Amino acid sequence: MSITWTRRRIAFRRFWASFRTQRAGVIGLAILLLAVLLAVIAPLFIDEGVTNVVSGTGEKLAPPSWDDPLGTDESGRSVLLMIWWGSRTSLLIGFLAALLSMVIGTVLGIAAGHFRGWIGAIVMRITDWFLVLPSLVTALVLAAILGGSTVTIIAAIGVTSWPSTARLIRAQTLAVEARPYIERSQALGGGHWHITTRHVLPNVAPLLLASTTLEVASAIVTESTLAFLGVSANKTSWGTMLRGSYDWGAATSGAWWYILVPGLCIVIVVMAFTLCGRALETVLNPRLRRAS
Amino acid sequence: MLEATELAVEFSSRGRRARAVDGVNLSVGAGEIVALVGESGCGKTTLARTLLGLERPTSGTVSYDGSPLSYRGKALKAYRRQVQLVLQDPMGSLNPRQTVYEAVAEGPRIHGLPDEEKVVSEALSRAGLRPPERFFLRYPHELSGGQRQRVVIAGALALNPKVLIADEPVASLDASVRGEILALLLRLRDELGLSALVVTHDLGLAWNIADRVAVMYLGRIVESGPTEEILKAPQHPYTQALLSVLPESPTRIVLTGEPPDPTRIPTGCRFHPRCQVVAAGNPIANKCHTDLLPVLPATPDSQAACHLL
Amino acid sequence: MSLLELDDLSVTYRIASGDVPAVRGVSLSLEAGEALGVVGESGSGKSTLAMALLRLLPKDARTSGRIMLGGEDVLAMKWGRLRAVRWAEASIVFQGAQHGLNPVQRIGDQIAEPLLVHKIATAEKARERVASLLAQVGLPAWRARSYPHELSGGQRQRVMIAMALACEPQLIIADEPTTALDLMVQAQVLTLIKELIASHGISLLMISHDLSVLADTCDRLAVMYAGRVVETGPSGGSFQHPYSQALAAAFPTVGDPASRLAPRGLGGDPPDPQRLPSGCVFHPRCPVALDTCSTVEVSLRPAGDRRTAACVLVLEESC
Repeated sequence: MSITWTRRRIAFRRFWASFRTQRAGVIGLAILLLAVLLAVIAPLFIDEGVTNVVSGTGEKLAPPSWDDPLGTDESGRSVLLMIWWGSRTSLLIGFLAALLSMVIGTVLGIAAGHFRGWIGAIVMRITDWFLVLPSLVTALVLAAILGGSTVTIIAAIGVTSWPSTARLIRAQTLAVEARPYIERSQALGGGHWHITTRHVLPNVAPLLLASTTLEVASAIVTESTLAFLGVSANKTSWGTMLRGSYDWGAATSGAWWYILVPGLCIVIVVMAFTLCGRALETVLNPRLRRAS
Repeated sequence: MLEATELAVEFSSRGRRARAVDGVNLSVGAGEIVALVGESGCGKTTLARTLLGLERPTSGTVSYDGSPLSYRGKALKAYRRQVQLVLQDPMGSLNPRQTVYEAVAEGPRIHGLPDEEKVVSEALSRAGLRPPERFFLRYPHELSGGQRQRVVIAGALALNPKVLIADEPVASLDASVRGEILALLLRLRDELGLSALVVTHDLGLAWNIADRVAVMYLGRIVESGPTEEILKAPQHPYTQALLSVLPESPTRIVLTGEPPDPTRIPTGCRFHPRCQVVAAGNPIANKCHTDLLPVLPATPDSQAACHLL
Repeated sequence: MSLLELDDLSVTYRIASGDVPAVRGVSLSLEAGEALGVVGESGSGKSTLAMALLRLLPKDARTSGRIMLGGEDVLAMKWGRLRAVRWAEASIVFQGAQHGLNPVQRIGDQIAEPLLVHKIATAEKARERVASLLAQVGLPAWRARSYPHELSGGQRQRVMIAMALACEPQLIIADEPTTALDLMVQAQVLTLIKELIASHGISLLMISHDLSVLADTCDRLAVMYAGRVVETGPSGGSFQHPYSQALAAAFPTVGDPASRLAPRGLGGDPPDPQRLPSGCVFHPRCPVALDTCSTVEVSLRPAGDRRTAACVLVLEESC
């Protein structure tokens, strides 16, 4: 087994060496790591209390000042601290929803690609059906029915965004399974489980990683949209802040910081994920093509 | 040892039924190398895959050691340990992301064999890659064509099979490297008593290593027998034509047309539209249009399926 | 004056990890009406040689030496002259499926293309010419309206030959024309090539890894190894260079008891062009190598009847 780990270590080092050359991707990765770090260490500095409407310290809708570097919202809460605390929700929902979408998409994608015949056909029809459903509307409806807690939001986003991953994975599975080494594996005695986990999954994994990264970006946007549309029952996330800014007329009353700051955060994080994801694709895909 | 009885394999191609294998009796005995020769589309690859259990026959049986093949999970897996496969393209046959060690160890791992490292080293040495440790961490793309094919053979040997089925094992290798791989197959036969069914279009290869030759045309075996007899004194017109286009042959019989479509099998003798004897106006030719020929049995003696004999 | 004369031709590819010398100082000549076969394995440089003749190499390839086609140096030609030469004086038959045919264009249009480009014929005349070419290669005229995927491998190769004949060139370069074809179809294509070059008086330069195919179709053979020519001679004679002998042994003669159950090949692998052995490039694999072979490089020496070989042993024998 040590041979496998040696091989994995060498492969990772090679991957890192070529990823490093993608400057945009490295910048994206750095931003992400920073964002995640900030989100994780937030409880050491602040707590849920910053979102407490009653204990808002500053003036209402005050512009940025030394006390509140990014201004305050309609209840006097510091926008900076809200953003910081809200990042935890936004990022968490983004990651978990993407993870859910990826897991469903991979399992169904590989199943559709590996099992020809009626199993594959059924899975594809299910995928097509979900693909055609307008994802935002469905997520909206689901969140509204199930209540807008974190778990249901994650479920709503995950359940509506897996089809594109599934199609991608299915196409890749079909490509991999056309290779002679799959037939060799069958001839050696390998069954469905062996072939899908030992051969298909490792070949599909790089593409999956790149696709998931982009999925997270998309999930964050969707979460923000759902929150903006008022479905999310969460206390604070970037989306709910945007909702707040809309509800309280920040645009008309000139409270630009209330709109700009959460919006910028979303844009920056999504862009970071996209840069990272694209860089991953560039690094992993040529190798995929070369190797296969 | 390995026997196909009245084997037929059908496919659906473009809405029509294609009989890729249309009644074949073939046997491979212990310690013998049989060459299955034919052009593309004759069904030899399908036959090989059916003998391996990768394809299920529409009718007929494949038997190993006297008992028919069972296609159920455990029994099929056990069969795999007896009969193994070597494919044509060594680059495609190996997962490019796996090292040589992992590629050879795949078989033993699937079957849960103990002492994995020992089995892998031994298989690599047997296949001529010495010292085996030097190759453990190498990747397929770092090896030459001949070495890659040896890795594939080692992977098959790791399960200690009794029969090896090789589909064009040297076709994509350089000419100077082929001899080594063929010599390896002969050595495996001598040292381990391994039988082999070598599917090829290369008659020179058959001359080089085969004990018996079976010539296939459009899903049927049209001639079979010991190599010396078949390749030096062929009886069937198709075999005669194939041998005549080799450079060392004094006369050239170049058949017109292309190997026909398995969805449209001619009536009577399936070779008659291209047969040079029929084209030359032989009086028996009428029979060739209308009368079917029986399927040849799986005897080791020379035999050919032709109305003219 | 020979129709084609290669004078110390060298081609080097520039890649990230350094220079790859694919062809190293090749000198060959081909007379009008003659058929020369170039045989070699992977890394021998034969395909690079074929592409170099009409300057079809990629941009990162650097060429030196001279390629004299009908007295003119192809490498020194101006672009306009080169375009005129391409196809009208020398054409190439590629391995059908991979290179030559556009999958979304009909066969007839593809054959007619060089005629129209070189302004040899108008559109209607081109149609007639296409029909006559298809007849010469044994295909019915209605095939001009087919697409490549509707044809079999052998038929596609015939189309490639028809395309090569279109502008009535003096020289046809055939690069692996029968690889991947069945035995019988291969025989058909080779017979066709032989008939056509005889009836049109065209010279043929055929490149292949299959020695038996070349021995049959060509008058003379040149054996390439690691970018160099190691032997030239008439195709009927016996080989003198150890590599050529080993290569010939790898194509056993059916019916010959010597090769029955005795496959012969060479140990080792064709060398990496970036890491060529010193002295005679073949010495690590040579069954009769001497000590001096690892230090002394040998050029082509006379080795019998119209034959040259690059081997020290040949030199000694002929002394």
